Parts: sequence; C-alpha cells; structure tokens
Amino acid sequence: MNDVTQPGSDPRGVLLAARNVSKSYGNVHALRGVNFDIHRGQVTTLFGENGAGKSTLMKILSGVVQPTSGEIILDGQPVTFASATDARDRGISIIHQELSLAPNLSVRDNIFMGREISGPTGVDFAEEERQVRKLMADLEEDISPQTPVDELRLGQQQIVEIARALSVDSRILIMDEPTSALSATEVEVLFRVIRDLTAKGVSIVYISHHLEEALQITDHAVVLRDGAMTASAPRDRIDLNWIVRNMVGDNYDLGTPPLGYGFGDVALSVRDLTVRDPAGGFNLVDRLSLDVRAGEVVCIYGLMGAGRTELLETVAGRMRAASGQIVLEGHEVSHLTIAERIARGLALVPEDRQRDGLVQTMSVGENLSLASIRSFTRGLFTSTRLERQIVDSTIRKVTVKTSGGDATIGSLSGGNQQKVVIGKMLATNPRVILLDEPSRGIDIGAKGEVFRLLADRAREGLAVVYSTSEVGECLSIAHRIIVMHRGRISAEFDSSVTKEQIMAASGEAMVA
Amino acid sequence: MSETTAPRTTAKAEAAGGLGIGRLLLEGRAFFALIAIIAVFSVLSPNYFTLANFLIMSSQVAVYGILAIGMLLVILNGGIDLSVGSILALSGVIAGALMQGVEIAPLGVILYPPVWAVVVLTCALGALVGSVNGVLVAIFRVPAFVATLGVMYVARGIALLLTNGLTYNNLSGRPELGNTGFDWLGFNRLGGIPISVLVLATLAVLTGLMLSRSSFGRWLYASGGNERAADLSGVPVKRVQITVYTLSGILSAIAGLVLASQLTSAGPTAGMTYELTAIAAVVIGGAALTGGRGTVRGTMLGAFVIVFLANGLVIIGVSAYWQTVFTGAVIVLAVLMNSIRYGGSIRKR
Repeated sequence: MNDVTQPGSDPRGVLLAARNVSKSYGNVHALRGVNFDIHRGQVTTLFGENGAGKSTLMKILSGVVQPTSGEIILDGQPVTFASATDARDRGISIIHQELSLAPNLSVRDNIFMGREISGPTGVDFAEEERQVRKLMADLEEDISPQTPVDELRLGQQQIVEIARALSVDSRILIMDEPTSALSATEVEVLFRVIRDLTAKGVSIVYISHHLEEALQITDHAVVLRDGAMTASAPRDRIDLNWIVRNMVGDNYDLGTPPLGYGFGDVALSVRDLTVRDPAGGFNLVDRLSLDVRAGEVVCIYGLMGAGRTELLETVAGRMRAASGQIVLEGHEVSHLTIAERIARGLALVPEDRQRDGLVQTMSVGENLSLASIRSFTRGLFTSTRLERQIVDSTIRKVTVKTSGGDATIGSLSGGNQQKVVIGKMLATNPRVILLDEPSRGIDIGAKGEVFRLLADRAREGLAVVYSTSEVGECLSIAHRIIVMHRGRISAEFDSSVTKEQIMAASGEAMVA
Repeated sequence: MSETTAPRTTAKAEAAGGLGIGRLLLEGRAFFALIAIIAVFSVLSPNYFTLANFLIMSSQVAVYGILAIGMLLVILNGGIDLSVGSILALSGVIAGALMQGVEIAPLGVILYPPVWAVVVLTCALGALVGSVNGVLVAIFRVPAFVATLGVMYVARGIALLLTNGLTYNNLSGRPELGNTGFDWLGFNRLGGIPISVLVLATLAVLTGLMLSRSSFGRWLYASGGNERAADLSGVPVKRVQITVYTLSGILSAIAGLVLASQLTSAGPTAGMTYELTAIAAVVIGGAALTGGRGTVRGTMLGAFVIVFLANGLVIIGVSAYWQTVFTGAVIVLAVLMNSIRYGGSIRKR
C-alpha cells in the first residue's frame, strides 16, 4: 500500500478525522482499523464496492452508529457523538442514499421537517418559503415550495433532499450517492453548488458509484475494500485506473463483444412504436423502430427520461403502446399479456430489482423458479424434483453465491440479487432478453460477471438488449450501441465508437 | 460479494443456534399456546377435557376454521375480506329459503330443491358475492378494506330484506318432499367425528396442497409478497386476486351452510363479527397482514386457540366481558410475536 499517505502527517487541514476506527456487528467486521481525514474546505471522495463499508463509515461520522473501537477527532479533540442530532448540532449533516422525504408533504414542509421556524402565530411559513426559494435559486431548479413532493420526478426529489441538507448551515456535508437520479445538467449545477460551498470553507464527503463523475469534483480520494482502507491520495496523484485497481484489487474488464459466430434471423422487431406520456407533453417513446437479430447484443444508452425504460417495458408488455408493432420471431405480440410474451420467449429484467424484480418473502429458489412455474407443473401439482433441477442449474449457470435455493433473498448481496432476477428470466428459455440497467447498484466485480454471462448466452443465439446510463458499459459486450434522446433513436454506432461520440449524441454536454 | 454474503448467513445461523429454544417456541407458538390452554383448563375444570365438550368445541372450530381458510387466502394476497360474516348469513338465509320451498307464482307451484341442489346454489351465491369483492379490488382498484366493507353491509342488508329480519326455523325438510338431510352436515358423525370437522379437515388439506404444491399457490405467495415483481414474471396477478376473493366467498357460504345445519335454523343476523374472529385466527396462526407469509396449519391452530380459549373461559365461569379482554390480549400478543419474527429481516435492509 505505497499509495497510502501517512495519517496525521498534515493535521492542519484536517477538520474531522477517524482514527483506527473499527465496527463489528456480531462477528461481522464492517470496518477494520480505518483512518479517514476530512479536509477543511475540500471534497473528499470515498470509493469502494457495495459492502466495502462506505455507508458504515459515514454513519459513524454522522453519529448514526457508534464505532466498536477507535476514535473520532473533531477540530483536534476526540469526540463521541451521542446521536445524529448531536452530530448535526456540531455541524455535520448527511444526505442519505435512500430518499427520506414524506411524499404527501410539500417541498417546504419536507425541507423544514422537524425544525420548523416558529413565528408569533405558530410556524412562520412565509419565512420558510423565502428560504426554500433561495435554496432552489441556488440549485437552479424551478420548484415551488408548495409543490407536494410526490408530484416531483425522482431527480427533483433528490434536489429537495440536497436542499434540505444545505438548509442546515453545516461545516461538514456528507453526500451518499447524491446524483443517482440526476440529469447531466443537474449534476453540473450540483457540482457548482459544491464548489461554492467549499469556497465558503464547508467540507464535503462525496460517495458515488459513478467514478468518472466523482473524479471531476474530488480533491482527495480514499478507497475502501472489505472494510479496510486500501489507498488514499490527493486528486493530482490519481486517475480512474488507480481507483478501480484499489477498489477491486486488480484490473477490471467489463468484457468485449462476443465474436466468431454469425447472427441469426431478426428475433425482435419494433416498428414505429409510440408510447404516450399519461401526464401529457412529449411522447415517451416516439415512432421508434429497432431490429435485433438472434445472437446480437444491443446497448441502449440515454439519459434519465430519454425513454429507455418506457421502451423496454412496453416491449415486455408492462406499458401500453399508443401505436406501432412489436414482432417477436415473425409473430405480432403487442396484444399479448406479459405471461404470454414470456411464454413466446420475450423476457424483461426490470430496472428496480427491489420493487419489480424480487419477492422478498420468498426464498432464492422460489424467486428463481417464479417465471417458469409452468415448466415444472405436472397436472395439478408442481414437481419438487423438477423445480430443484431448474433452481440448482440456474444457480450454477448465473453463479449466484448463496448457501442454496432455500436461502432468504435478504441474505444475498446486491449483485447476487441481480443475478437471481436475471437467472429467473433466463430460466424461461427466452429468445430475446431485455435488461433495464442491469448494472444498477451492483459493484464492478458483479457487473463484469453479469456482462460475461449475457455474452455467453448471446453466443448461444439469445438476442440481448440492455440499457445503461454509464457510457463505459456501452463499450463492453455490445455489438451495436443505440443512443436514445427524447423517445427517439438519435444515433446508432458499432462497437468501435468512442465515449465522446456516444455522449454527444445523447444530448449530454461534456462536463468539464 | 461473497465476503458480504458469507458473514451475514453465518451470523444468522449463529443467532438461530443461540436462541434455539426461544426460536422453537416462537415458531410453534400457536401450537404451544393450544397445548397450554388445554392443560390449564383441564386442571381448572373437570368438564373441559371431556368428549362432550370437545365435540361442542370442534363444531365451533369448524365454522370459524372454514371462514379463516378463506381469510388466509385473501390475507396471503395482501388483502382483507370483511364481508365473510355477512356472506355466511346471506348464504344461510338463502339456503333456508330454498329449503322452505321456492314459490313460482305464475305457474302456481312451489319447488322444493333437494339438499344437494341447495348446497350447490348456496356455494354459487357465495362465489358470486366473493367475485364482486375480487372484481372491485382487482379491476376497479378499490382498496380491499373499503370494497369488502361495502359488500359486508350490502350482503347483510340483503339478508335482512329477504327475511324481513326473521329467522328460518326447522330446516330439516320433509320426507314426502324428498329434501331431508340438511342437518347431516351439522349433526352427524363419521367414526365419532362430526361431519363439520371432517369438512373443515378436507378443506384445510386441499388448501394446504394448493398452497404448497400447485402453481396457483406459488402465484398467490408471489403476488402477495410483491405484486409488481410477480406481474413482470408472468403471474396473472388480477386473476389470482379475483380467485382468492371468490374462494373466500365460497368458503363463507360453506361455513354458512354448516352453521345453519348445526342450528337447523338460519337468521340474517348470524355471523356478526365472525370476520374479525377469522382475521384473528389467521394472525394468531402467524400470517403477515402485509401478505406473502402464512400457512394453513398456522391458521387452523389459530382457530383452535380462539375457540378453545373462549370455551374454557366459559366453563370456568369467567364473565363474558373478561372473555373479550382475554381474546383481545391473545391477538395483540400474536401480532407482537409476528413483528419479532419478521422484524429482523426488515431491519436488515
């Protein structure tokens, strides 16, 4: 670990520090002797795969949990935070990864939830609204204080979450994945706000899975792996490769397009597909046509709101098309139900695996076999033996790391949960598989495994269509890259394209 | 990945090992509660542990148990069915009316359908009312609580309208009309076991098989656990939803027949608050009201616990008011234990 700077070598700029902090839950070591410095007026980014201990460390620094051993040093003095409120009173606030807004309340009420401004006649709503307007102006968002949060799209809700953290004047602001639902422009604005804050002396701790994005804003990088710190260095000494190397241990590879075989006939053909926005405005999908051949891997790239999810969900039968045709191996399927489409060989792996992919009350095995129950039903009853065969062979094929089919879903890591959802759909023996952001929220190691798995199936003649919002993932196993913008295909490339070309076609300005 | 998975599972296994006896008690709590109830009341009263009393109790269990099976199906789906007590009353009344003879005025004849036809027609009525619940919930997206609350009032109202508030007495039929045998369901025994208990046992076994071994059972657990995921996996979620409410309606009708047969009378006010007893049985049996978790075995134990407790309290002479208090305490205790059992997995996320 020659990249590690000596802790405490420059104590002058360090505002808050964790010294040799460990945290155990039972005999599980979430953190092992971690040293972490937050520099005054700078952005410190914490990198690490899922389960590396990032969130645990942030919870310790923001007073949500107490460390098992080690100490926290604030302004050179050892401190103990009794609670999150205690930490907040000392100027440390945190934006959690999961949104914690009350959807039924207005933006104003959410921002001042729990610390309403009192006036002579109860809550001083006028003053609260004035402050909200100012925050929104800083964030360049046109959101009225009176708007109920559930009328905002996800990205705007995230802005409200950020505004709430900003409304507390804190010295240290911890941001856990603040940009996951933001558009490129909104990210740009957020970064400007972060720079304004650091200029005022506020220290930022930033966590993101979006490595390239985080590199643009960070001043210091710290990498965690398996609960231990593997490296830390200032911005000028690091690059993407350095981060990834320290995160996963060695060079990573998301794969290359599978080669050495010819594509088959057109497996999926979408003709002039249009999906209307129930709320009015632009069509979500606008007269889009697309052909995918057997054995071909197609990547759909686009920003949030480009219509990727709507396209895939309409093809799979979740959403209704206003017009257009969906043809699977020569048969029109637009009038069929989801179940009938699955039976014909068209399967969707949804974007949100917790909400749409997994049944948490069922075991790993029951989840894996859920979409193919008919194949192991004999007469009235299901066959335990046939089901076990399907479950065991799927666990093997998609390499789910689990103690077996009877394990609970909650015992799996994010990447393995995603493999369960993919395995469930592959068990239906599809001809075409659609995957909406298959890499969302899983670490790089699992991403590589998922892509390798899909490439292998493509070689066997499966048509694969996946969507992504990370450019790097387009340049992995896809033979063809399609860029969507406002419901249409704005560009189509082969695998020799560069990242810059893809981003330019998506309407995404390159953030400097 | 494997690093995060492995410690979690070992931690869990360890916790389970450490709390071995506690967990056993928690898992089998309804069973142990039942044993405790029988033991305590047998000591307190010599009249409790007698064949006569067990026959009385089991015929009560039959009615509640049949209702609770239907309720379990609906609760597994993540819904609730408040209309079962009313459907029970309506079914009893319709069966009573059919037994008393249907007068077809224009022809000037009175039809006396045979008992099997009465049973079939009554079950069909239960299915119809249940499917109204199902369609309201699945197709029109009315919250289950509201839809079945409405149907509860409507069915009760119709039962009152049909009878003008009166009760059909003497449903034993007349030999010359060929419609005797209605009391067979409630009074007769087969090998010493009341027919109604055999009906309950058969229904419980069939439902248990359906839940554990049929694809419909799997669909039901999946759509109760996560409807969106089930839908995207090709589970016909709306069909499942309509089916469970329909089955609950049919089972309510069967319970209505059993009750009417036991009493050889059918009144429009029968089965008041039975829906709450059925819900209590399901909950005591360990099912989660959020859907996706629960078994027939548990629900049956729940029904036995409620009836055996209430009966024991009557026998030792506890006042009816205290009985209500005890029943309520048992329900709350059961739900408390449910949150201990399921809470762990939720907090982990």
